[in-house]
Formats: sequence, C-alpha cells, structure tokens
Amino acid sequence: MAEIIDFSTFVERKTNGTAHMTLAVEGVGCAGCIRKIESGLNKLPGVVDARLNFTQRRLTVDWRDGEIDAARIVKALEQIGYRAHPFAPERAEADEARQGNWLLKCLAVAGFAAMNVMLLSISVWSGSVSDMTPETRDLFHWLSALIALPAAAYAGQPFFQSALRALRARHTNMDVPISIGVVLALGLSVYETATHADRVYFDSAIMLLFFLLCGRYLEQAMRRKTRLFAGNLASHKAEFAHRLDGKGELIRVPVAALRPGDRVLVRPGEVIPADGAIVDGTSAIDESLVTGETMHRAVAAGAKVYAGSINFSGALTLQVSAAGSGTLVDEIERLLQKATEAKSRTVRLADRAARLYAPVVHATAALTAIGWLIAGASFHDSIVTAIAVLIITCPCALALAIPVVQVVAAGQLFRSSVILNSGDAIERLAEVDTVIFDKTGTLTLPDPEVDATSIDPAMLERAARLALSSHHPLAVALARRARERAPYPGAIEEPGQGVRAAIDGQPARLGSARFCRTVDAAAHESDASFIFFACGGETARIPIRQSLRPDAVAVTQALAARGLDLIVLSGDRPEAVGPVANQLGIRQWRASLTPAEKIEAIERLKSKGRRVLMVGDGLNDAPALAAAHVSLSPITAAHLTQAQADAVFLGDRLAPVLRAVAVARRARLLMKQNLALTVVYNALAVPIAIAGLVTPLIAAIAMSGSSILVTLNALRARLPIRGAEIGEMPMPAMSMPMAEPDAIARGPVTPTAMELVS
Amino acid sequence: MNVLLYLVPLALMLGLTGLIAFLWTLKSGQYDDLDGAALRILPDDDIGRTNEGA
Repeated sequence: MAEIIDFSTFVERKTNGTAHMTLAVEGVGCAGCIRKIESGLNKLPGVVDARLNFTQRRLTVDWRDGEIDAARIVKALEQIGYRAHPFAPERAEADEARQGNWLLKCLAVAGFAAMNVMLLSISVWSGSVSDMTPETRDLFHWLSALIALPAAAYAGQPFFQSALRALRARHTNMDVPISIGVVLALGLSVYETATHADRVYFDSAIMLLFFLLCGRYLEQAMRRKTRLFAGNLASHKAEFAHRLDGKGELIRVPVAALRPGDRVLVRPGEVIPADGAIVDGTSAIDESLVTGETMHRAVAAGAKVYAGSINFSGALTLQVSAAGSGTLVDEIERLLQKATEAKSRTVRLADRAARLYAPVVHATAALTAIGWLIAGASFHDSIVTAIAVLIITCPCALALAIPVVQVVAAGQLFRSSVILNSGDAIERLAEVDTVIFDKTGTLTLPDPEVDATSIDPAMLERAARLALSSHHPLAVALARRARERAPYPGAIEEPGQGVRAAIDGQPARLGSARFCRTVDAAAHESDASFIFFACGGETARIPIRQSLRPDAVAVTQALAARGLDLIVLSGDRPEAVGPVANQLGIRQWRASLTPAEKIEAIERLKSKGRRVLMVGDGLNDAPALAAAHVSLSPITAAHLTQAQADAVFLGDRLAPVLRAVAVARRARLLMKQNLALTVVYNALAVPIAIAGLVTPLIAAIAMSGSSILVTLNALRARLPIRGAEIGEMPMPAMSMPMAEPDAIARGPVTPTAMELVS
Repeated sequence: MNVLLYLVPLALMLGLTGLIAFLWTLKSGQYDDLDGAALRILPDDDIGRTNEGA
C-alpha cells in the first residue's frame, strides 16, 4: 500500500540545512543492535549522524534536509528489524535532566570538599594528642574554611533554595532545619577559627551536605528514569490516523499531528484517533474503553465520538474537534476538577516528621543556651553548646530515612512493571484498606477473546482461518485462534456484513447472523458478542467476550487474604458485571454507574474513614481515580485517565496491583523503622550535646554512622516478599510487552488510548 | 613542618584536578548512556580498520 506518511511534527529543522529527529526504538537488547542500527542508518545517503542511546532506548538522527526524509528513515529501521516511533521529547524531561546534572555537580563539589576537609580534620584530631602546635592547627582550620565555605555555598544551593521557598510560602520543610544547621555550623566554625579555639565543625557541615545530596540525587534519578520510560511507552502506543487533505487524498499522520477541524477517515476495525463529530458514514462503535459499556453503539452523521472507541462495521469520516468539547468529556473534566480540589491533602510522612522536628530541635537548642547561662557558664560557651546541639540533631538521617526507602521501593515496583507517577504514591498505597476495580479493561483484558468451549475444533479452525481475511474487530479476535496462518484464497469481505470464501469447494460465510442465513438466537441476553460461521450446511455461533486477566482470580484472593475489601464499580450492564464479580469471589459490586456515581461511592467510603485504592482504565474512571486516596491504571488506559493515576502498570496480568500494595506496605514499615532509628540516635546524641561534650570527632562519627545505618536498613526493601509473587513476570530492563509479534499482527484492533487532541 | 607548605597545596591540587575532570566528563555527556558505553566496546569490527590504517 503506497501511502504517504507525514512525520513533520517530530522533525526539528536547523539553520544549516540539517534536520533532527528523536525516535523511541523497540526491541533493542544487545551490543549487536547498537551496531546494526547505527551502521545501517549511517550508510543511508543523506544521513549525517545516527546515535543510539542504549540506556534510554532512544535514537537521534541528523540528516541533510531534502536528501532523505523521516518516513524513509523509519522505513529503513523497519527493514533492519526494529520498530521505531518518532516523538517530540517533553519539555519536563529536559528540565529534569538539567536538574539531575546540577545535583550531580553539587554532589561532586561536596564530595571533593568533604574528602579534603577530612584530610585536614583527621590531622588535627590526631595532632591534638601529639605535638601539633596551635599555629599549625589554626592554619589547618583556615584551610578547611577556605575549602568548606565556597563548597557549601555551591553544594548547599538545592537545600537553601528549597528552604527559602518554603519559608516564603509560610510553612517549613525538612530543608529549613538543614539549612539553619549548616549555616550555623559554618558560622560558628569561622568565629572559633578566628578566635583560635580548637572546636570547628567544617567537616560535619560539608559531610552532611554530601550525604543529603546522595539521597536527593538518587531520588531525582529514579523519578527521571520512570518519566523517561513512560515517555517511551507513550510513543510506542502512538497511532496513525488517515487524514483527508483538501483534494480528498489520504495521508497517514501521527495522531499527535491532528488539529481541530481536520477530517479523518476511520475504517472498520480501526480505533477512532481523536474526539470529533461524524460527518459521513454509519457504523457501530465499541466505546468500552471510554465508558466501560461493552454493548456497541450505532452512530451516524452528526454523532459525537470519543478517541479510543473502536469502529466496528462501516467506514466513517470524522471532523476532529478540540479536546473537551464533547458532552461526555466536558462532564468528565468538570468532575475531575471537583475531585482534585476535594482531595484531602495528604501530608507526607517526611513532612509530618519535619513539622514536628524543626520546632523541637530549635526549642531544645534555645533551652540549652538558657540552661547553661543560668548554670553560670559564659555567654560564649552557652551559645557554642547550643549550636553543637543544632549540629548533632541536624536531620541528616531523617532526610535520608524516607527518600532512600522510596527510591529502593520505586525500583522494586519498576522491576515488577509498575511505573510511579507521583513520589508519595508509595506511602498512600501502603495505607489502603479498600480496593475498587473497574471491570472492562481492568479486571478483563482489553482485547476480546473467543470462548471456544462449545465449538467443534475443526469448525473453529476453519472459521478462524477465514477470519484472517477480515478487519472486523471480532474477526480479528477470532483470527488469533487460527493455527494455519495463510488466508483462504479468493476470500471476499463484504463491508459491514462478513467474509465469504470457498473452503474445500464448499461455500463458507463468516459474519452477522443474517449474512450466514441463520437466526440470531438470544444474542442480547448474554455478556458476549457473537460471530456466525456457516460452512457446508453446518452453522456455528461463536461467542467472543472480554476475558478476565489470566491471574485475576489469584490476585483478588491474595488481596482479600491481606485484609483488603474488594469492590467492583463498573459502567457496564449488570448482566455483564455480575458473572465477573462472582467468578472473582467479590461480593460487593455495582453496575451501570455514571462517572459521578463512581465518585459518590468513593466519597461515601472515604467519609467512613476508608482509604481507597481505585484501579481503572476508562475515560469514565478518570474522576474516580482522582478522587480516590491512591490510584492505579493499566497502560492500555485512556490518556486522560493515565494522567490521573498515581501509577501505571504494564502487561496482561493483574499481579502488579498486588505487588504494588505489598511493596508499598513493606516500604512504609521500613520508613517507620528508619524514623525510629533516627529517634534513638537523637535520644543518645542530644544529651551528650546538651552536656557540652560533643567534640568535632563525635559529631562526625555520629552523623555518618546514623546515615549509613538508615541507608542499610532501606536496602532491605530489595529483599523478596513472601506471598506477593503470583505470576511474577520480571520485566527485562526496558523491553516492551507491546513488542510481541502477535501484538503487531493485531494491528489497529488493540484498543490503544489516544492522546486527546489539545 | 615546612613540608606542609608544599604537601598541602599539592593534595588540594590533586583533589581539584579530580573534581575538574569529573565536571568535564559530566559536561561532555559521558554519563548519558552508561549501559550503551558498556556494550559499545564489545563489537570488534574496528580492529580490522585500525590494522589497514597502520
């Protein structure tokens, strides 16, 4: 099929006549791939440079404009054996990369300073018991100041800036006591050095910054990695639309390039690429991804349709409308706004600890100074002791206690195919006591499957092979069962009715009941759709229904065993929801719910003090996801819905939901343990500081000791969890579940979520 | 103790050299693709080319 593909939205043109494009590449897994792709592309005339970033699975290509074009490059990659998806990297990604580099620079400076200050400090510590003269000691102190002050001024910026932002907004966070501690420790040390005293804390201050920056950098790197991966996934799902240009010619364009007012042709079996109104044609469309309703809706000119619906029977011409103009989308947007506003602001564990921590520490320091003054100590000594209290309580371990656990747990989840959208989702997941599932596309697989229990296998094979010649979604589901992959020669598809061919000399028909000249008995009472097959006098009614995810029963049982209440809230008909809930052993279920009713149900649970985890995929679930305490959605979910979810899971299995809860619960336990460790540390160290016995050596040991202890404890989050390994499916680095050849063969029927055209 | 007069600056110079080297590697993008760098040394098709050149 000679079609024109237009990738121009992704191509960046430079002034020197070269063009630049970034592509996400599927199926890259070894050193050979790098060489094959790069040398394969560099051989093409016109290509200036092609470089594959293996870590990110992204390829950047530069070429001389006019000599070759983007479509030919994608085509060339396909010939080499890789599917590549052009995309425009998000702005947020570039910002995060810059932020990551900045943190790394700060970390390097702090590391350099910590090493060199320690070199001088250890000499002083050992010198004070041997023969170091006061002059040499002073020299070493001044040298330490020379290194530590500029280094702290540079490397401390992430904390100082965040502390200032918090103070300006009139609240406090963990960075406020950190900044105060560091600044006071440095200030006191400079004063002590100038007055020839022997206690300076340059080493403690700079080491504190070094440890904290390690935590910050790890946290940021984790976030960046998941965002990058999510970006790749989004581009792998990107679909094409057939746009009609002014002369009525068809051009294949990426969905992202569609603009309001464009006219798009949607053939039977294709996914509707954007919201819009039908201009021409009639058809039945499956909106299960949008509303959860599995019954098809008949549409004709003038009807509004939503991105993500599947066009079943006839070709439609669609006029793309701006996002949010449809009545359903309007309603969803309005509900979303309300739900997001009403969402009780959950206070993160770290912030809660910080809120308690800062006043307590600062009060203790003040009381120490006052206490020593009353006890008759000099003003100078009282202040020095008070500052020593501040230094020793500086929340080094506290600031590491929670982020490190989060980073390790997020890594665990990433390996079990769960990608976090928000950092504090782990804490909220751990608190969950009720799980609400949507049915269509969440408990069930997004693609329908043939129920072959009552059909003769020989008949089924013939029907499946005949189905290979059709683009109808039901036929495509049936065609997956065909063992012989060659279509029957001479098969003719009659649009909107079915296919016919001669099998072994006998006429055969596959399609609607009327097309097969049989009676459609009781089709509407069941939860399945039917396709009919007639061959040589025999007819068969083949049910095709949404099947449960393969491990759904095991996962729901395991969740119930963990003491969670399970509920199904669906937009589908009761007769379709009931059997699914029964099969899963879920007693509480409700059907035919509107998005507003779903929110209402969640609000009612919330008012009873329940913490709700919502798992859903449809556009109709988006407000419910936003209203719930925490939310998960499968990667096949609608774009708007995914944006609301706290985490997204990949693959055909439901096991990631169980894993997410199990990993989060243990992470929360570890966070609490770490906080307890910090409290114990402070309980031991603070009395020593109040007593005025803290030497710089004790401060340095206590600080690094407690930091290392909480970090080691956090690493326990990597250990396997018992009872959460159902159907464990390790995700090899960044390989895509969509990359299976089967999925490619399924083509347009995979109900991929479309980006809402905005 | 006079030895300190050049040993301490020397130690600091060494440390600074390390720091500057790190910042340079960061700036030149050597940490952008860590997994790729590990794999790129494996193919040995560049050996033939070097021999021809020599």
